[in-house]
Amino acid sequence: MRGHEPRSSSSCAACKLLKRRCTPTCIFAPHFRSSDQITFAKVHKVFGASNVSKLLSEVPEEQRQETVNSLAYEADVRLKDPVYGCIGAIASLQKKMLELQHDIAVARNRLLAHNASGVNNNNNHVLSTLDDSPQLAAFLDLVPYSDLMLLDGSGLDAYLYDIGPPPFV
Amino acid sequence: MNPKRCAACRYLRRRCPKDCVFSPYFPPNNPDKFACVHRIYGAGNVSKMLQQLPVQTRAEAVESLCFEATCRVEDPVYGCVGIISLLQNQIQKTQNLLPRTQAEISVAQIKPSQNQHSAFM
Repeated sequence: MRGHEPRSSSSCAACKLLKRRCTPTCIFAPHFRSSDQITFAKVHKVFGASNVSKLLSEVPEEQRQETVNSLAYEADVRLKDPVYGCIGAIASLQKKMLELQHDIAVARNRLLAHNASGVNNNNNHVLSTLDDSPQLAAFLDLVPYSDLMLLDGSGLDAYLYDIGPPPFV
Repeated sequence: MNPKRCAACRYLRRRCPKDCVFSPYFPPNNPDKFACVHRIYGAGNVSKMLQQLPVQTRAEAVESLCFEATCRVEDPVYGCVGIISLLQNQIQKTQNLLPRTQAEISVAQIKPSQNQHSAFM
């Protein structure tokens, strides 16, 4: 009579949650340790185990941990903000960036008012750091969400503190 | 086949009921939208997520899910989290810059007649 095959005592968090045997070739095992079941639970709730498995199989092995980290972050933010998820965070950061750009522009104008024309080159250099990312500039132009979901300033810092930095800043 | 099935039910090859949770947000004229969301989240998860939200917030939720799914398809490793990381880095750089600029202003106010050799970086 066949008995129920016992699960390995070293099942990864995914196989434990899915109640299945964790094989040596389990795609989840290197990235979802059995000591941290909460992370997989969140990722599974938002994306689903089979979708995560497909996503991981589509990226090179050396990039899978980064992929898992970003999926975990995205799932965490989505569970905290089921309507806007990471888009809410992006909109908030955009707003903060615009405020800082405004402050820099005001400071620049004040400097111009106090200094001679010889510092014009330095002021251009001040602004150049804001433009040194063409990807960011292109994104800020294209994302339609910034006008729709700007959080109120009083809640912005608390919101940003709550979501925390991504794992690879 | 009902020609008025929503994009989700057409993709899933099923009948589109009158109370279909997807139909207000996935019109049949935009099949790619549902295909993208389904690829990343799965129809079942999207359905569960929408059912747990008040009706008036579901449209926004669908748009944000679509955007995130699109980001993930374009960048399978980082998805939209890459954008967050980029923004936070830029904000940090800019925040570091502001006090220096304000210090330059203070110096300029104290010594307005002298030439200023400012070094921002």
